[in-house]
Amino acid sequence: MLSWVNVAIFLIAGVVVVAVGLGMAWLLRPSYPDPKKLDPYECGEVPFGDAQVRFNIRYYIFALIFVVFDIESVFIYPWAVLFRQLGVFGFFEMLVFLVILVVGLVYAWKKKVLEWV
Amino acid sequence: MAALADTWQALLDWYFALPTAILVPIAGLLKVLAVFGWIVINVLILIWLERKFSGRLQSRLGPMRVGRPHGWAQTLADTIKLLVKEDIIPRGVDRWLYVIAPAVVFTPALLVWAVVPFTKNWIVSDLNVALIYVAAAGSLAVLGIFMSGWGSNNKWSLLGAMRAAAQIISYEVPSVLSLMGVVMIAGSLSLQGIVAAQHRVWFIFLQPLGFIIYLISTMAELNRTPFDLTEAESELVAGFNTEYSGLRWAFFFLGEYANLLAASAIAATVFLGGWSGPFLPGIVWFVLKTYFFVILIMWIKWTMPRIRIDQMMEVGWKFLIPAALVNIAITGLVLLVV
Repeated sequence: MLSWVNVAIFLIAGVVVVAVGLGMAWLLRPSYPDPKKLDPYECGEVPFGDAQVRFNIRYYIFALIFVVFDIESVFIYPWAVLFRQLGVFGFFEMLVFLVILVVGLVYAWKKKVLEWV
Repeated sequence: MAALADTWQALLDWYFALPTAILVPIAGLLKVLAVFGWIVINVLILIWLERKFSGRLQSRLGPMRVGRPHGWAQTLADTIKLLVKEDIIPRGVDRWLYVIAPAVVFTPALLVWAVVPFTKNWIVSDLNVALIYVAAAGSLAVLGIFMSGWGSNNKWSLLGAMRAAAQIISYEVPSVLSLMGVVMIAGSLSLQGIVAAQHRVWFIFLQPLGFIIYLISTMAELNRTPFDLTEAESELVAGFNTEYSGLRWAFFFLGEYANLLAASAIAATVFLGGWSGPFLPGIVWFVLKTYFFVILIMWIKWTMPRIRIDQMMEVGWKFLIPAALVNIAITGLVLLVV
């Protein structure tokens, strides 16, 4: 419990450091406002359209599989810590779990969805 | 002299007599200050080192003018320049996301240092779930990158942010899985426990495959060449931080180098035995091993070309993840037989 207090202090300190730094810059920096300066950068061209658009992400299948594997890795952590106590039984239990996931991965691979579509 | 020692002793007595509820936050604050000082000094050194090192690799001299010898004050001068730069928040940005993003990138880099063991006794808090904590804190930075990229309302930034998301979903899993073999051998997630488990042989020799996977996926999470697709100055201008300037931009930069240092320290702790070593004091071993990884990652950065985004995802999913799973199975089998 006490060790997490330190983590909380680190978290607060990180935010404070950024705030203090930006505050110092706010005191020191010059300001010469000009409407042209506020244009988004598009290599010197007059910017057109909005950048916050519906964007076609080409890796959504990866993202779906990622969720599965990320949860899997969280499951493996406690198993890995206790591996020596669990012995042969624990090893084969995890092997079955991994094989099921790998079958899923191989299926996705063969269906050619692990591609940049 | 004796009076001074008495005063000091009285101060210490008074300090340790304080109730725990006050003592712990004060101690925590002092530790934060020490660690923050360590990070800032090292980042100043790292930026200078990176410029000198890349200069050497490209038959240049690197910075020479500001401060003699060898332009040692260059980074200080740059810091002052960034501090007094005009701040521009372009029109159309999502103001909250844009302003908060540097803090979200920088803070996790500081957070990782809460569990890094500098020596046997110098550690801020020896969490029993330290490795999960490191993985969790390390993957927070991408949120800040995405916030900055989306919030900037700039097409380059948007592309950089989307690539950052692609990168984290491809390399988060292998980087976590590659450490699993180490956890199985050490039977502990605490970094001090992992250091103690390496008193006979370093894990780099027991887990060579895990080490290679960890190194590759860590470089991807650090967004360093060959995986610097989120910035990619020759394609995306500056990627997610195109619209940032002055100290806001400096915090991205600071976060990047603090992350590099943190990742090197974790790699040194997990695979090279951390602070343990003969003859020299622990802190010297810790710094030497950390800088070994820093130089290694810099060397790779300035040697390799950038890989394409679809290749990047394929390496992650079709090589690193299967290899990490195989590594877990082999480690388990060997541990059962031995």
